[in-house]
Amino acid sequence: MMKLSKYVLYDILRSKVILAYTLFLFIISISLFRMEENNGKAMLSLLNIVLIVVPLISMVFSTIHYYNSYEFIELMLAQPMSRTRILLSEYSGVALSLISAFFIGVGVPILIFSMDSTGLAMIFTGFALTLVFTSIAFWASVKARDKARGIGFALLLWFYFALIYDGLILLILFSFSDYPLEKLTLALSALNPVDLGRIFIMLKMDVSALMGYTGALYQDFFGSISGMLFTTGIMLLWIVVPLYAALQTFKKKDL
Amino acid sequence: MIRIENISKKFKKLHALDQISMQLDSGKVISLIGPNGSGKTTLIKCILGMVKPAKGKIYVHEMKINGDPSYRERIGYMPQIGRYPDNMKVGQLFTMMKHIRNASENDLDTDLIIKFNLIAIFDKPMRTLSGGTRQKVSAALAFYFSPDILILDEPTAGLDPLSSEILKEKIIAEKRKNKLILITSHILSDLDDLATDIIYLQEGRLQFFKKIETLRKETGEVKLGKAIAKIMKNQLQRGPWVDEVLDIEPEDQDQRIKP
Repeated sequence: MMKLSKYVLYDILRSKVILAYTLFLFIISISLFRMEENNGKAMLSLLNIVLIVVPLISMVFSTIHYYNSYEFIELMLAQPMSRTRILLSEYSGVALSLISAFFIGVGVPILIFSMDSTGLAMIFTGFALTLVFTSIAFWASVKARDKARGIGFALLLWFYFALIYDGLILLILFSFSDYPLEKLTLALSALNPVDLGRIFIMLKMDVSALMGYTGALYQDFFGSISGMLFTTGIMLLWIVVPLYAALQTFKKKDL
Repeated sequence: MIRIENISKKFKKLHALDQISMQLDSGKVISLIGPNGSGKTTLIKCILGMVKPAKGKIYVHEMKINGDPSYRERIGYMPQIGRYPDNMKVGQLFTMMKHIRNASENDLDTDLIIKFNLIAIFDKPMRTLSGGTRQKVSAALAFYFSPDILILDEPTAGLDPLSSEILKEKIIAEKRKNKLILITSHILSDLDDLATDIIYLQEGRLQFFKKIETLRKETGEVKLGKAIAKIMKNQLQRGPWVDEVLDIEPEDQDQRIKP
């Protein structure tokens, strides 16, 4: 499998898109750390970039890459190679290039300017979100037949996870504000990898003190080892489940 | 070499393939012809495992196709439209194929690479190539691993006359090596000196599968194009042929007025 993904990776790295993405992240990270006097503030701004931009780029890039390599996939299918192997090679090529872009663009500046538990949590979340949204994008593009629909579907999912989901949560919290909802919101956060990442990082920051009783409860949960395992496990599920669904669809698909 | 048993495939309401059975043996150049949308490419894709038929079985080298990709080691495929990673260079494409197929240097057939002079463009990225040059690359790739079965989808479309002639010579040379070659083409004059057998598909159904000599005898035409045209006309007389439809119409109107 590595043989093929090596070539996929090589092809991606040669195109300028991933370089532009790396440079964009790098410039933003460096300028944030340079402008803010307090590294904590810079991290907070960086957090929003990571939570919004990383999923968006991962989704759009993966979808476009999938459709652009459609004929290449066809060519590979005529070779003695199984469909699972082909799709996994494409996935690992795309995921690896996006992860390296994130590591160079955001990871390295964090390691230089603010290497603490918050910084490491941010890098971890960035990696996880990249993998999660690449998985979801692959699933969406395998499902949808044409490019426009695939990209539309991917963007819709991004909107849902990045914006709409928070609105729905607020709606629930306001409508049922008379009841104790801490446990419920904890469970609901698992249904959205972006929220999970946000809570996971926020609680490593000082700002969690401002979040009152809920914050204290979260701190208690996410600060512990089981909280770490919970986050990792849920993120892993978010990576594996869409990818598995994509593989199942891809195996039955007519190309 | 290839045995197809009762395969059917539907795309929504369209019957792309309807109960097709055939036996394709080695040492033959079989050309698959039929109007656009008659299921030629679908049939090829079924053999390659790209399209999964709803019903029926396909055996390649007496092995049933069921998801195990190893049978494709002995098939060379030239697609209708060959598209490759934009940034990959021509030379890298060949290296990659060699690498993923685990082929040893001695087994490679570099005949077409030399005759098409592809070595001269080995360091050009795929995206800069013209359509015809891509076709040459696709053709050279299909023959590269000297497979027993060659499947060529519209091989001469887009090639200049000289390259087209080189490819035809190569096909004849491979036929002599007792290989099975399956070709689809709309350019019937190209098939005249190549094909040994003709398969005619229409609306997903197998109309006939005949030796080219038989076909020539039956129709009395030497040129394949004319022979096929004759058969098509004869068959269409049973169907809604344009002149007949025009004849029938006034009668229909009369009948409608009478009651």
